[in-house]
Amino acid sequence: MTRDAIKNLILEIIEDIDEDADFDSLQSDKPLRDQLDLDSMDFLDIVMELRKRHKLQIPEEDYPELATLDSCVNYLEPLLADA
Amino acid sequence: METQLPRIVITGVGLAAPNADNLKTYREKLLNGISEITEVDLRYFGKAPAGICTFEETRYRKKKENKRGTRAGCLGVYCANEALVDAGLDIDHYQRSRIGVYVGLTEHGTVETENEVYNISQYDYNVDYWTHHHNPRTVLNNPAGEITMNLGITGPHYSIGAACAAGNASLIQGVQMMRLGEVDMALAGGISESTGSFGIFASFQAQGALGSADDPRKACRPFDNSRDGIVVSEGACIYVLERLESALARNAKIYAEIIGYGMNSDARDYVLPFHERQAECMELAMRRAEITPGDVDIINTHATGTKQGDIEECKAIEQVFGKSEETYINNTKSIIGHAMGAAGVLELAGNLPAFKDNMVHPTINCSDLDPACDLQNMVFDNPVELDSVDIILNNSFGMVGINSVIIVKKFQ
Repeated sequence: MTRDAIKNLILEIIEDIDEDADFDSLQSDKPLRDQLDLDSMDFLDIVMELRKRHKLQIPEEDYPELATLDSCVNYLEPLLADA
Repeated sequence: METQLPRIVITGVGLAAPNADNLKTYREKLLNGISEITEVDLRYFGKAPAGICTFEETRYRKKKENKRGTRAGCLGVYCANEALVDAGLDIDHYQRSRIGVYVGLTEHGTVETENEVYNISQYDYNVDYWTHHHNPRTVLNNPAGEITMNLGITGPHYSIGAACAAGNASLIQGVQMMRLGEVDMALAGGISESTGSFGIFASFQAQGALGSADDPRKACRPFDNSRDGIVVSEGACIYVLERLESALARNAKIYAEIIGYGMNSDARDYVLPFHERQAECMELAMRRAEITPGDVDIINTHATGTKQGDIEECKAIEQVFGKSEETYINNTKSIIGHAMGAAGVLELAGNLPAFKDNMVHPTINCSDLDPACDLQNMVFDNPVELDSVDIILNNSFGMVGINSVIIVKKFQ
């Protein structure tokens, strides 16, 4: 999966969680939590969706890697290389 | 002694019924006997008559919250906000820590659990796919808790589990907490999301107690010889309860004063009701209200359209009221189905406007009255206008032998 595809995947999952989420001014290097009003339950939703869609088991200690859109892409790129 | 206790009044009503999303429309449809019972198609179970509520789900909270929470929470948040609007009450009129939220539930968590088991069935029953939302959605305080989160209420909130007597039971709880001085305002009522559960339909069917008809609007037929069971409905109704002096001080509209209540148990059977305890419950409520049977203008029955249940309640009413010529009898479920935990409060709400319009809304779907249900002054098909409606008695009974009665009086 390309970096762009991974980015779109994350945004799609967030849109599923909150279809009113506004991505227009989203800065990819800033925490998603602050910009999109996400909380810990939302991040667990993201983790669950990645598990359901791509059979990814993300260990709890890696959750901080999902903080920003850029860090999501960096973390997921090798895991989704063959996806 | 009872008269020395603080007097508690209903000053706001918020509701979602299968035929209305506000009291005015609801009343109009009840007076005209307009049922909007429809047909649902449930996973595993198939089709069945049911009452489904249509209301503006995002009027008071975002879609995201509705998705995260439960259907019961969504119904509750809508009705609690509507009740406050109806009461003309700003949430900050009372200290938020002095507001209590009491919600009656027949059951909760069934829908969410069924959905989640179905979800993991898509993943070979691997529980790694079980949602982290399961516990907050299924804790029994969930619907009441969702209301407090939405409104920023920091006083107590909890659910009252009392089968289909739960709506009345929570109203009673609200009255008691207000009288004890535990809270200064209460949001009390009941909620049902049971139409989302195939298991509830299947269980009634296995009992031979699920109503049926070619036209779903005719599936709930209390007192009729052809009745064959319950029509499950979703719904909710939340009341604003205030102490009389507080309501008067802010010049509030007062729907009614709650002057009496009773609750007791059959101690007898898991599903079969028992008229003797029901009669005792009505008598208990009337003693507390310091009234006699002849004072009651309307009995709003619990009757669900089951063979035995309707007969037991009619026996109880006959035992207590005899052939009281002053008392008229109706049934709301014939029009809206059985809204389970919301039934008592939703049915009471549909009758509260009688204090203004003096009308008794009709029971529908009874064209062949069962002689065992033949009581004096039963109102069928068309509303009846009385000279004055001053007192309404509302029955609500439930499985495992629980009975509740509320008596309300016109405030004047």
